[in-house]
Amino acid sequence: MNYELNPLDLLQSRRQFLLSTGMGLGTAAFASLVEGAQKAVAQPGLHHKAKAKRVIFLFMAGAPSQVDLFDYKPDLHKLFKKELPKSVSKGQRVTAMTRGRQQLVTPTMFKFHQRGKSGVWMSELLPHLAEAADDLCFIHTFNTNAINHDPGKTSFCTGAEVPGKPSMGAWLSYGLGSMNKDLPDFVVIPSAFWRGKVNVQALYARLWGSGFLPSKFQGTSFQTTGDPVLFLSNPNGIDAPVRRRMLDSLAKLNNKHHQEIGDPEIRTTIAQQEMAFRMQSSIPELTDLKDEPKEILEMYGPEVHKPGSYARNCLLARRMAERDVRFVQLFHRGWDHHSRLPDNLRGQCQDVDQPTAALMKDLKNRDLLKDTLVVFCGEFGRTVYGQGNITRENYGRDHHPRCFSGWLAGGGIKGGIHYGKTDDFCYNIAEDPVHVRDLHATMLHLLGVDHKKLSVKFQGLDQRLTGVEDSRVVREILA
Amino acid sequence: MLGKIRRKEALSLIAKCQFEALRTTLMLLACSLLVNIIFISNESYGQEISFNRDIRPILADRCFACHGPDSHERKGKLRLDQATGKDGAYRTHKDVTAIKPGSLEDSEFWYRITTDDRGDVMPPPKSNIKPLSDQQKLLIKKWIEAGAPYEDFWAFVPPQMPELPKLKDEKWGSNKIDRFSLSLLEKAKRQPAPTADKRTLIRRLTFDLTGLPPTRKEIHEFLKDKRPEAYKALVDRLLEKPQYGEHMARYWLDLVRFADTNGMHKDFYRNFIAYRDWVIRSFNDNLSYDDFLRYQIAGDLYPDANDDQLVASGFNRLHLIIDRGTALPEESFYKNVVDRVTAVGTAFMGLTVHCSSCHDHKYDPLTKKDFYSLYAFFNNIDAKPETAGRPREGLQPPFITIGDKEVKEKLNEVNAQLKKLEPEVNKAKKVATDEKDPEKKKPLMAAAKELVAQKNKLNRLKRDLEPKLMKAMVYRERKEVRQAHIMRRGQYDDPGEPVQRNSPEFLFPMEKKGEVASRMDLANWFVDKRNPLTARVQVNRLWQQFFGVGLVKTSEDLGSQGEVPSHPKLLDYLAVSYMDSGWDTKALVKQIVMSSTYRQSSLATSDDFKTDPDNRMLSRATRFRMDAEMIRDQILATSGLLSMKMYGRSVKPPQPDGLWKAVTMIGERFRPDKGDDIYRRSLYTYWKRGMPPPQMTILNAPIRDACTARRERTNTPSQALLLLNESEYLNAARHLAIHTLKQKDKTEAKLLEIVYETITSKIPDQEEQKILEGLLKDLKKSYQENPKLAEALCAGLDLSSSEKRAKLAAWTVVVNTLFNMDITKTRE
Repeated sequence: MNYELNPLDLLQSRRQFLLSTGMGLGTAAFASLVEGAQKAVAQPGLHHKAKAKRVIFLFMAGAPSQVDLFDYKPDLHKLFKKELPKSVSKGQRVTAMTRGRQQLVTPTMFKFHQRGKSGVWMSELLPHLAEAADDLCFIHTFNTNAINHDPGKTSFCTGAEVPGKPSMGAWLSYGLGSMNKDLPDFVVIPSAFWRGKVNVQALYARLWGSGFLPSKFQGTSFQTTGDPVLFLSNPNGIDAPVRRRMLDSLAKLNNKHHQEIGDPEIRTTIAQQEMAFRMQSSIPELTDLKDEPKEILEMYGPEVHKPGSYARNCLLARRMAERDVRFVQLFHRGWDHHSRLPDNLRGQCQDVDQPTAALMKDLKNRDLLKDTLVVFCGEFGRTVYGQGNITRENYGRDHHPRCFSGWLAGGGIKGGIHYGKTDDFCYNIAEDPVHVRDLHATMLHLLGVDHKKLSVKFQGLDQRLTGVEDSRVVREILA
Repeated sequence: MLGKIRRKEALSLIAKCQFEALRTTLMLLACSLLVNIIFISNESYGQEISFNRDIRPILADRCFACHGPDSHERKGKLRLDQATGKDGAYRTHKDVTAIKPGSLEDSEFWYRITTDDRGDVMPPPKSNIKPLSDQQKLLIKKWIEAGAPYEDFWAFVPPQMPELPKLKDEKWGSNKIDRFSLSLLEKAKRQPAPTADKRTLIRRLTFDLTGLPPTRKEIHEFLKDKRPEAYKALVDRLLEKPQYGEHMARYWLDLVRFADTNGMHKDFYRNFIAYRDWVIRSFNDNLSYDDFLRYQIAGDLYPDANDDQLVASGFNRLHLIIDRGTALPEESFYKNVVDRVTAVGTAFMGLTVHCSSCHDHKYDPLTKKDFYSLYAFFNNIDAKPETAGRPREGLQPPFITIGDKEVKEKLNEVNAQLKKLEPEVNKAKKVATDEKDPEKKKPLMAAAKELVAQKNKLNRLKRDLEPKLMKAMVYRERKEVRQAHIMRRGQYDDPGEPVQRNSPEFLFPMEKKGEVASRMDLANWFVDKRNPLTARVQVNRLWQQFFGVGLVKTSEDLGSQGEVPSHPKLLDYLAVSYMDSGWDTKALVKQIVMSSTYRQSSLATSDDFKTDPDNRMLSRATRFRMDAEMIRDQILATSGLLSMKMYGRSVKPPQPDGLWKAVTMIGERFRPDKGDDIYRRSLYTYWKRGMPPPQMTILNAPIRDACTARRERTNTPSQALLLLNESEYLNAARHLAIHTLKQKDKTEAKLLEIVYETITSKIPDQEEQKILEGLLKDLKKSYQENPKLAEALCAGLDLSSSEKRAKLAAWTVVVNTLFNMDITKTRE
């Protein structure tokens, strides 16, 4: 039927209609895309052919120092403790912590080397990851408006500094639907510990929340103690056969009530109870590592055996990718190095270097990297000027949102390249800025979604992950 | 020349539209669902095209972004949100008239929405805005032909008391509400549903008015009461219960994003307990809504403001706030004020005012200047924009101490005495210590000791008195008015043109009592009868509470991007009578629940549920899943565990380990409370914004970091897992099982019936009884064969035999089954 009737909106939202008529999630989302795309879609559910099916987002919360890890500025050594020229800093706003202080150039104490066939520059702190150098696309010109962690993370994860917007993963599960029957589409796994002995910034449920989208699209946060998914296990005294027996009677009662009352919502309740029962076996199967061969476990490093470690979470991320979980987001905290940066950074890199490299290799060996997008970055970068007592070997750095580095790899990404240039001080962007919004647009593009068309009406606006301001797909980094 | 061709194309489209119209009409006739829709459009408006109902939503959705109120973004010197004025729709610019009333041919607008020319067609393809459908074009065509009449936007025109609709069936209905709902049903040639049975009614009413289920005793009394006024008596009784205020408060607390922590950075404890308790009392005392609003916006400005008024002004401080030392205070200051204004916009205006913090509103006639004129009322708080690094008792100045007057006075006295005593004690101590002569030293020591004892006594007294009082953060105005500016692009550090305090200019002007307008003037402007929004917004939210969906579905936005009301006249009737009653909330609630519309059965055919899942037609009672708090409170209440204690500090019922630890930056660990505190009603549950209790958020409770006028209702596997496995819910099931098995004189069948009735307010029929008996039998067998499993379920209990344990375990699982039935978690 190719007609549209405006007053239908009065009776029910289109979305509810699709859901209540028993069409699956994917279909509903497909329709939401089609509507925007005016039916000019390349394949079902998408605006164009997707290069990536899923995303693993390695979020380094606290903001790692691009000066010490990725953005190589050899000439800075000559300027040690020289004041940062005002022509560079231009009196830009800084945090309350270093406001009014002298800004002294503090070069990195770490060595950089060219890695891989492509010869990309990387810090000595990431020797394992260097093995994947040819797959990594470094972006040096990420930038964000936020100067503090909370709004910084919120805008990275939801596209806006002001709380209340859906997170990246929620948008994707809303827009693309589910690829599997027995697992959530969007999983969040925070590390339970880290080496950086610093002021550790908080995480907030809104970072994986659904905002104004229905809460079924919110991320499922895996716990490191107890059940990986909240309330997954049967309580003491109820085993699987008892639960099964009880669910059978429950379904009979619910079915009977459905006959009498007529509300299709009752059938949804039955279906969700059955899904819950299936999750009781699919999730333990997912998190149980006993089938992993020894050499794989070794590849991720010794910490893989500790629940809650970044290493173990990387391995879980791979297992989720295999099972077609759409969006996996790891949060590793402890990067906020206002003081004693060298020590703390060494520790943090020890946490993530080997496991991240292993994840890349593991994905590649299983032919999953080709359609899995891997992203590694923090909410902003760190200043080239030092904080605290500055020596060659010891210093801290403040927040720097003007430019910072991260990398992308996998599905649809050109590996072994640097993209974007910063000035000689790693302070301003010289060429090719990539705003957080541009990253979001690019991610969506790789997944087959036009960021301008994935929108939902809320509070009178067509809300998008990329908001109302201009944003673009960074085509230069696409394979 | 070009023009001619264009017109031709356009006219051929008219023909196409007419054909489409015919086709559509036939389809409509063939389908009873759609017939209803046609009628719903005609409700109270007559058959004519209505600008507000039919045309404005199209223009708002497809055109206003470039041709709307925002003067900066306006393209082609054309605004379609108004007819006249320089850029208005009727304007002629460079010989082109946008809309010529009565003439399609001379209306460029018509050509632009109908042409196939990609360069000319509107909305432009590159805008990604959906083109108009043929049906919409048909509406526009009829509208232009009818003279393209504009109407003021419905929500911005003060509501008038509408005439009561004429009905065919004059017998149905209990009050005026029913005339409006029946009128629509009659037009749709439909019947209202029959009245719900008494068990359903008492269950529905008790949940709707108190958030709790009725007890078996209450059900039986109601069933026995055969008087015609039995239902009314029940309503009156429930409205007087203190749990009414608790239940009503819960919705309000969502709306104003009440929580127990800062919500940013270190997410410290923030103490607004007194505000929460005030909201509960206000609903129970039936404080009139105009005062309820005045107290919150401007309670501190009353001459000799009382505790309630001061506590209520804390409303203006419920926003997220950061602790100092990380953000820039100027930026925090700006964000706080914007958040404050946003809350006022959502709670009292039902508009998305914050959209105009960066630019003129795209859809509503709110300018940037309007936003910053409102901002100017709220930028003058006498408080730091950031909390201390470790706020004591969750408080940040200014705060006051409230409570019993005598206690307060006594405490003041004690404090004064202590202040006086302190130096004396120190002095006496020093003199005694300095004295070298042992003879003289003795009496001096004794004197010092005596003073210390006095001081200790006073301190003890102080410790006894203090908990009887409460501290409450309040709003306080600085003496000097702070100049507000339009902040360019919404940047905190980019002030532009200065602005004065004022209400939005598109509405009636505000009266100010003094030289400078005050928040009290603004509050009075809100509750002025000329204000078209305040009453509508509030009655719509109350309606939503009782019907699952508001008369305006988008209860957070009554602006032009919100939905139009399903029953506009009913909405206006309720708004006007609410104001006329002196903003009497209990009276309004009573009128709603006394209506026959409310008392309908919620049963319907599957088709009805599919075509009108939200029950916008009001052709039945709405069936919807209860909120997280109601589900939890119900489980506690029916199992006999619920504590009815009211007010006071927020409590922490147990939650899975490690949730706070996983997100905190200050090493916070969640420590559950003990004893009865863990069985308090959910509205007293401690709300950490960084990690709210999962028992609540899994069932759609908002995080409380933004104002929420309506919750989503989803149905997910996580919810199923929660209700099946949560340890406290299972504990409650066991508690009810123990209680049930104590009734030794009753048969198993009778006990099943009692439990079923306790949980669902219904008596199980034969089939249900059979299913449950079968389940119980099988479970008993399983647990007898697996005594270890039964032991695990009976842990902590002193049961003498394995048989008893198997029995209790089986009954516990049966209760758990009943808690998980769809009808248990659903309001019917």
